[in-house]
Amino acid sequence: MNYADVIARYEPVIGLETHVELSTASKMFCGCSTEFGAEPNTHTCAVCLGLPGALPVANETAIESTIRIGLALNCSIAAWCRFARKNYFYPDMPKNFQTSQYDEPLCVEGYLDVEVEGNTVRVGIERVHLEEDTGKNTHVGTSGRIHGADYSLVDYNRAGIPLVEIVTKPVPGTGALAPEVAKAYVTELRNILRTLGVSDVRMEQGSLRCDVNTSLNLPGAEWGTRTETKNVNSLRSVERAVRSEILRQAEVLDGGGRVTQETRHFQETTGDTRRGRSKEEATDYRYFPEPDLVPIAPDPDWVESLRVALPELPAARRVRLRDEMGVSAEDLVQMSNAGVVDLVGITTFAGAPVGEARNWWLGYLAQKANERGVEPPDLPITPEQVARVIELVSSGSLSVALARQAVDGVLETGSDVDEVVAERGLKVVSDTGALEQAADGAIAANPDIAAKVRGGKLSAVGALVGAVMKATRGQADAAAVKQILLDRLGVGS
Amino acid sequence: MSDDLTRMTAAEIAALIAGGEVAAVEVAQAHLDRIAAVDQSVHAFLHVDTAGALDAAKAVDAARAAGTVLGPLAGVPLAMKDVVVTKDLPTTAGSKILEGWHPPYDATITRRIKDAGIVMLGKTNMDEFAMGSSTENSAYGPTHNPWDLSRIPGGSSGGSSAAVAAYEAPLAIGTDTGGSIRQPAAVTGIVGHKPTYGAVSRYGLVAFSSSLDQAGPFGRTVLDAALLHEVMAGHDPCDSTSIDAPIAPVVAAAREGAELSSLAGVRVGVVRELGGEGYQAGVVASFEAAVETLRGLGAEIVEVSCPNFDYALAAYYLIAPSECSSNLARFDGVRYGLRVGDDGANSLEDVMSITREAGFGAEVKRRIIIGTYALSSGYYDAYYGQAQKVRTLIARDFTAAFARADVLVSPTSPFVAFGIGERIDDPMAMYVNDLCTLPASLAGTPAISVPCGLADGLPVGLQIMAPAMADDRCYRVAAAFEAATEHVLASIPELS
Repeated sequence: MNYADVIARYEPVIGLETHVELSTASKMFCGCSTEFGAEPNTHTCAVCLGLPGALPVANETAIESTIRIGLALNCSIAAWCRFARKNYFYPDMPKNFQTSQYDEPLCVEGYLDVEVEGNTVRVGIERVHLEEDTGKNTHVGTSGRIHGADYSLVDYNRAGIPLVEIVTKPVPGTGALAPEVAKAYVTELRNILRTLGVSDVRMEQGSLRCDVNTSLNLPGAEWGTRTETKNVNSLRSVERAVRSEILRQAEVLDGGGRVTQETRHFQETTGDTRRGRSKEEATDYRYFPEPDLVPIAPDPDWVESLRVALPELPAARRVRLRDEMGVSAEDLVQMSNAGVVDLVGITTFAGAPVGEARNWWLGYLAQKANERGVEPPDLPITPEQVARVIELVSSGSLSVALARQAVDGVLETGSDVDEVVAERGLKVVSDTGALEQAADGAIAANPDIAAKVRGGKLSAVGALVGAVMKATRGQADAAAVKQILLDRLGVGS
Repeated sequence: MSDDLTRMTAAEIAALIAGGEVAAVEVAQAHLDRIAAVDQSVHAFLHVDTAGALDAAKAVDAARAAGTVLGPLAGVPLAMKDVVVTKDLPTTAGSKILEGWHPPYDATITRRIKDAGIVMLGKTNMDEFAMGSSTENSAYGPTHNPWDLSRIPGGSSGGSSAAVAAYEAPLAIGTDTGGSIRQPAAVTGIVGHKPTYGAVSRYGLVAFSSSLDQAGPFGRTVLDAALLHEVMAGHDPCDSTSIDAPIAPVVAAAREGAELSSLAGVRVGVVRELGGEGYQAGVVASFEAAVETLRGLGAEIVEVSCPNFDYALAAYYLIAPSECSSNLARFDGVRYGLRVGDDGANSLEDVMSITREAGFGAEVKRRIIIGTYALSSGYYDAYYGQAQKVRTLIARDFTAAFARADVLVSPTSPFVAFGIGERIDDPMAMYVNDLCTLPASLAGTPAISVPCGLADGLPVGLQIMAPAMADDRCYRVAAAFEAATEHVLASIPELS
């Protein structure tokens, strides 16, 4: 089915629900660590296991982070609100209720402006609320789902990690751009969250998870029935999920069918969505105010101080990149098309020269993203880490080749730059004695080339440089090696 | 003072131990012997921790020998309601669904009594998940009232009240959600206090109704209860609803009340709505005599009206079941406790369902069903929401009444102890036991029950209610009353 043809006949309405795990040191209602990737069920206690008698105590930092998110999204902050219990039975929930917020969220009525192909689209924010994450089920068996599983394992390390839910209002009127708007919204939201420093926003680790609502209607008609697509785990998937759902729904409608209100799962491999749980058997969550917690009543002066202390947000940063850092309009477009404007901006404002930042993100890192089939922001490396790599290069600690190895290490292991550098022993060999020894070895092993260089064919020295670099496992500074070789061959300047 | 260590008050025992006149181990052994002698007929305990009690007592003796200054209740034995979590000791909350569960942690109050050198003898019987007024809802069989073994010891903390009345322990801890400390205290002739909501940490109480649950002390005297109250109370950062304020000076108030033997200048309000029709004649007579005693002590008696108290029962039986339906959801057989039907063929939902069917008793199921219904979409406003409004109105009634009186009084229960089996098939007949105690539960205000005589040979309780955070008023008035009256336990029949 032709997308342009579908858009000519139907109007899409989209909406997004985003769950963000906060990067607080401890969980929402207890002191357990929130670290990702620990041995299953090691970051647990009586509270997050929901043992009889255990009681929650709200994490103040999580409340503060949620308010800061609300402020960055132009929301009103509630003067008084409460947690609520959302009751349903599922083994990943130790208490069989989730402590969440219901009719009294912390932040309401905001907006986020996103730019798509030169148009500014205002996405309304309905609410930003705070809740606890659930544990993680692993269903073992061929189906990979709970039905038909041989057995299921539950890891409660994730249970109780603070989770912020950000819900948009329905976004109509975006036409053919609906998939791009959805992607641009999540991109911009993620940039904001990263800038606020409240979350790792790693979609591949699940610290940012997105549900995409999509519906179609005939022009001028009422909005259609929406579906909710889950398992959208990358920025690219956000766009693909909306596009594929628009096409699927159009096919249903064209065939005279009716779109069912249901949860669908995005399939990374095929790019389409599959039917999940039907919402027709709607669960009654029996929400009621959480009696184990006291209401939250943020002091207005405190909220104001948080507002004043907000960091420069991505939109303002883009303006500054252009106006202060002298990034040309053309470069901005190029960076924007590659989805790296904010990455370059953050890298720059973390101390890297803008040109270096641009070159890394448009060059090696763009290539790495491409190899992995992800967008640059999905790479498991932060702009701060890239800035650190650039700093190590400019201080002479790393050559560009070594810097790339360092970047590879971060991407592969998720470790920090300095850890990778230390673990892999990445450093420029500046020990002249060692380099001279390696140079002598290369000359001795390649008498023909040495003779050519001595004879005045200076360009032939490259092969010897390569041999020395190989012998020093890339850790030498190539320029220094070249000079040493030329000196020892008696043709140095 | 009797030579029998089990007949002494907690204050007396503590003084003897502190003075080196008796070893804590002797005290513990005397009580363990008493339990061995009488608990087969009383059945106050679900679990007796002989080794743990003797170890704790030895530690107190060692501390004293080392010259450590002992706390005011060091070495005094205590019976703990089985709803309070105790590390490595069984904690069943009177339910089959928690059979065999050994908690990996201590409740805050467990830790506090251990730190105070109090010797925990064991865990006491209770209505399952604290739901009931007779201890007949225990999955482990009823507790018998030491006054008459064919009768109930009150509930839900009936094991604790019976243990104290039967001289198996001088002190006990109970929890009170709608009257579960006060009514058992009343019907066994002892003292029981429900503190201000938030005065005592709830961390580690197996929750029934979170906005109502409150742990408190039992003793045979007002002073003993006050001594235990001060050990239990105080701010706990692990309980968000715990009040961060100094503990009410209840021990000083109890001493002062007993010593002054005067209530001159104290205005005592008699609540019109808590009496009259439906109240047992002997209870009414004892209560009226008690009011005269208070007047005789110099108190000014005023009548107050709290019209919304009439709706307390209805509001309570929506709020408590609603919260319990959520609190008890965690008992699903997945992580701990009972699991039934996990035969490889049943689905996860089936196993949860079969486990809960097998693990919960009838009253617990009744309340879960009521609460689930009351919280349902479309019914919430009419039931839970409306009940919360009534709760606010009841709190306002208290505020108005406390403008005219320093304390309010009523019978603790409309009846004396009834026979085991008499009311168990009639939930409403059971629920009306709590008529007098529910208002203070809903308002979160403190109330004490102190013995005020006998009706048909069985104890009657006087309830004294005070404003939030003024727990000391309850103790002061109760101690003055106690000093002016003959203690009913003097006439408790000997257990064979």
